[in-house]
Amino acid sequence: MQSAFGRFLVRRLVLSLLTLWLVSVVVFLGAQVLPGDPGRAILGPLADARAVASLNAELGTDRPPVEIYLSWVGDLLQGDMGQSYAYRAPVAPFVGEALLRSLKLVGVIFVIVVPLGIGAGVIAALNAGKPVDRIISVASLSLTVIPEFVSAIALILIFAVILRWLPLSATWPDGAGPLVQLEHLILPALPLVIVLFGYIARMARAGTIEALSSDYTRTAILKGLPWRTVLTRHVLRNALVPTITVVAAQTGYALGGLVVVEALFRYQGIGNLVLSAAKAKDFAMLQAGILTIGAFFIVATLVADCLTVMLNPRLRAELGR
Amino acid sequence: MTDRNQSAASPALELSRLSVAYTVRGRDLPVLSDVSLRIERGEAYGLVGESGSGKSTVALALQRVLPPNGRISGGHARVAGQDVMELGAAALRNMRANDVAMVFQDPGKALNPSLTVGRQMAEVYEILGASGTDAKDRGEAMLGRVRISDPTRVMASFPHQLSGGMQQRVVIAMALAKDPALLILDEPTTGLDATIEAEVLDLVDTLRQEFGAAVLFISHNLAAVASLCNRVGVLYAGKLVEEGPARALFADPRHPYTAGLLRCLPRAGFKGGPALDNIPGFPPVPGSITEGCVFAPRCGLAEDRCRTEAPPLYDVGNGRGSRCHFHDRVDDLPRMSEAPPVNLPERGPNVEPVLRLEHLSKTYKLPGNRNVQALRDVSLTLDPGETLGLVGESGSGKSTLANLVLGLAEHDAGGAISLDGTKLPASVHQRPRAAVKAIQIIFQNPDSALNRAHSVKYLIGRAVSRLAGLAGKARDERVVKLLEAVRLTPRQLPAKPRQLSGGMKQRVAVARAFAADPRVIVCDEPTSALDVSVQSAVLNLLTELQGERHVSYILISHDLGVVRHLSDRIAVMYLGRLMEIGPARSVLEGPHHPYTEALLSAAPTVTGERGTRIRLEGQIPSPVDPPTGCVFNTRCPRKFGPICETEEPAFTADDEGHAIRCHLPRGKLGRSPAPELAAASQGGAA
Repeated sequence: MQSAFGRFLVRRLVLSLLTLWLVSVVVFLGAQVLPGDPGRAILGPLADARAVASLNAELGTDRPPVEIYLSWVGDLLQGDMGQSYAYRAPVAPFVGEALLRSLKLVGVIFVIVVPLGIGAGVIAALNAGKPVDRIISVASLSLTVIPEFVSAIALILIFAVILRWLPLSATWPDGAGPLVQLEHLILPALPLVIVLFGYIARMARAGTIEALSSDYTRTAILKGLPWRTVLTRHVLRNALVPTITVVAAQTGYALGGLVVVEALFRYQGIGNLVLSAAKAKDFAMLQAGILTIGAFFIVATLVADCLTVMLNPRLRAELGR
Repeated sequence: MTDRNQSAASPALELSRLSVAYTVRGRDLPVLSDVSLRIERGEAYGLVGESGSGKSTVALALQRVLPPNGRISGGHARVAGQDVMELGAAALRNMRANDVAMVFQDPGKALNPSLTVGRQMAEVYEILGASGTDAKDRGEAMLGRVRISDPTRVMASFPHQLSGGMQQRVVIAMALAKDPALLILDEPTTGLDATIEAEVLDLVDTLRQEFGAAVLFISHNLAAVASLCNRVGVLYAGKLVEEGPARALFADPRHPYTAGLLRCLPRAGFKGGPALDNIPGFPPVPGSITEGCVFAPRCGLAEDRCRTEAPPLYDVGNGRGSRCHFHDRVDDLPRMSEAPPVNLPERGPNVEPVLRLEHLSKTYKLPGNRNVQALRDVSLTLDPGETLGLVGESGSGKSTLANLVLGLAEHDAGGAISLDGTKLPASVHQRPRAAVKAIQIIFQNPDSALNRAHSVKYLIGRAVSRLAGLAGKARDERVVKLLEAVRLTPRQLPAKPRQLSGGMKQRVAVARAFAADPRVIVCDEPTSALDVSVQSAVLNLLTELQGERHVSYILISHDLGVVRHLSDRIAVMYLGRLMEIGPARSVLEGPHHPYTEALLSAAPTVTGERGTRIRLEGQIPSPVDPPTGCVFNTRCPRKFGPICETEEPAFTADDEGHAIRCHLPRGKLGRSPAPELAAASQGGAA
């Protein structure tokens, strides 16, 4: 069984690398080839043709695209993400810092939303059809459809401007401790919490209702087990498998979805990095940022797949064959 | 635990005037009304009835696990002396942990898919206060008692790693682990093969004696009930209409409903005998009959009195009761079916077969360069107007053969399918339209075969326009004709499938198969999703249509009674090979293949007789790695020497076309011991 899982993991890793390569091609095409002449794009239509040519030479964009791509990938493999045009400095430290900040935000989001969403979903399922269920179901559905920028503005108004409970800016002062950082991160986390809450709650509710009405739950009740044992050992164990795997896959999505939130809260995360790089036509930075988001997405999906297999004995057995 | 001893003298189960109602859209529907019955300690009681009769509700009510919209609206249920209505939460749990156990229809669903069998077994003992390791040891010992040969391995397995029969043994072991006063079995064998069903029934019978538990056996399968139970109750529309000792009740029913059910069973005789009787009409909607006898609208004996005065449970002697005013006239019950006796289509000796299969094989590729041969070298012919019955356990290749004939799967190179002497391409997509419309299918489950979104008119009309190429008025006329042919009326044209009963839905499916004058129809378990009374009507319909239209059937069924009733010839399959083929009478009466003998012997009979039953040992081998020599040698009770393991037996037919794939000479092969006994068949597959 172990070696079967190992083989599965290797197969998935190879596929992930393949996906990553495809992402790099798409990113490259989007950032370097589509603008046509990067030097011209950066300097604008009024710039002198010689200045454009010399900038292209400096950036290395006067070479054929395939050559540019190969050298970019070659550098990447050696850990060099290239030089930022805007900052005149290596890209990698910027991306690393931004990624770390974004991961902190994603962490806060999931620490809040996962217990909340699963809890609400399970409570709704246990009271299916009753007012509690109706309230949770309607609330989660309506929250999901509110776009992040709408809920973010409303939350800023309520919690930062009117109530003044939370700081407006997501960026904490230098050298702030974890608690202060957390305080600054709660408000930016809430818009995505609201979006993901409905999703997770409904997954958890559906899974729990299915497990509650299953024959094996009836078997467990008829064994004379206390209700709590029935619930934890038999119902939730099966009910939450799909939810957990979805949560894992959603982390990747959340990272990509941070662009709006980070921009609104002026938080220097990966989303904001990509946004400002695009604005500044800092192609090296843009490529590196998008590729990082893509890589994270791929890792999250890989983790979700592994979790699915580990939590489901039937899939585990199929690997063994 | 102490009050168990006190109540040891009380019956295992006592229902007194138990009534249950379901609330549906604000209205109370009485699903059970005034059901009273008593099961003594150690007794096996069978509760029979068709779907919707309320038999499963009895089991749920007496354990207080009714669905949220159901409630006990009157009466009492006492399990081992305790009134379940009056138990508090803790006492109720205690009763479930100690006194009553239940085995459900589908063992695959009754076991938690993400826990090992060991965890689930141990749980039962842990509730009773056993420590972790002790619970595990006792669980393992219990698996041994239900004749599981390798308990340690099974304990470490997950449910999906076990076969259906093995899963049901685990569920039974879990149920018996608490040494309950009452064991409830709700359709415990319905999803299992006939041979496994026989094993499970035998096992329950043995264990009942070992454990001394009373059994409440709920089933639509009259034969299974007859083979296991001492006493039987017949439930109709939520009322117990007849009760009595099993053999006496089935041999001499004293209620017209019981009599009608028994007459619906295809029991004796071969094709060409009288048509089956049926029970006209449908069971009433719960609560719709407030006056008189609930069965009166469908009863051939009903008089005015029946429609005004509800019959009490008359004592008809010998511990028997019948809820019929005319219980002494049940023998005079007129035949209810209008189906004429069957005319056998004339078949001259030199007719050209409509379908000829030559050396058909089907190999599926598995990952890792392995192959599985789902079908191996099958050759047979089908004459016009002939029915060929296909029998065998699941995995024997019956469905593969059907798919190849239909062109839904492509046979391996080297085989050939000919229709009226013309070779057909393997895939249905390459076959000419005439060939496609000539070979049709009727599926097991009309619910999934008919698109719920469409009306009857659309469903049949589409088949007519696609297959017969008719349009406009001609199509509509053909649709009405077909509808009449399957004994539906044009009133049902606008109906959606959900507005039709199971039997009517299957008639629509039959009409669709007949849309374009087919030559061959594959009937894949055509009645196994239907109740007994509906089954008989569909079987009669198939027979009549064959007489009228000279169509040929390939009939796949696990119900040997159905196969016997419809088939001219029978083919027995095992691991993708034909083991025996021949005229129905020769195959069933023998001499026959040891496998056929075992299949026949596994089928319980409604007379409750238990002949010298032959039981197959071991599991069906994997088709990936079939046994050498004769593929049946690993399970064969008649295996006699090394030749069985080394050489595949020849398959040669005698004068009447009866071929048996066995090394034993015909003189030494088994015959059905007594024709009367063999004539009784497995009853009531619904």
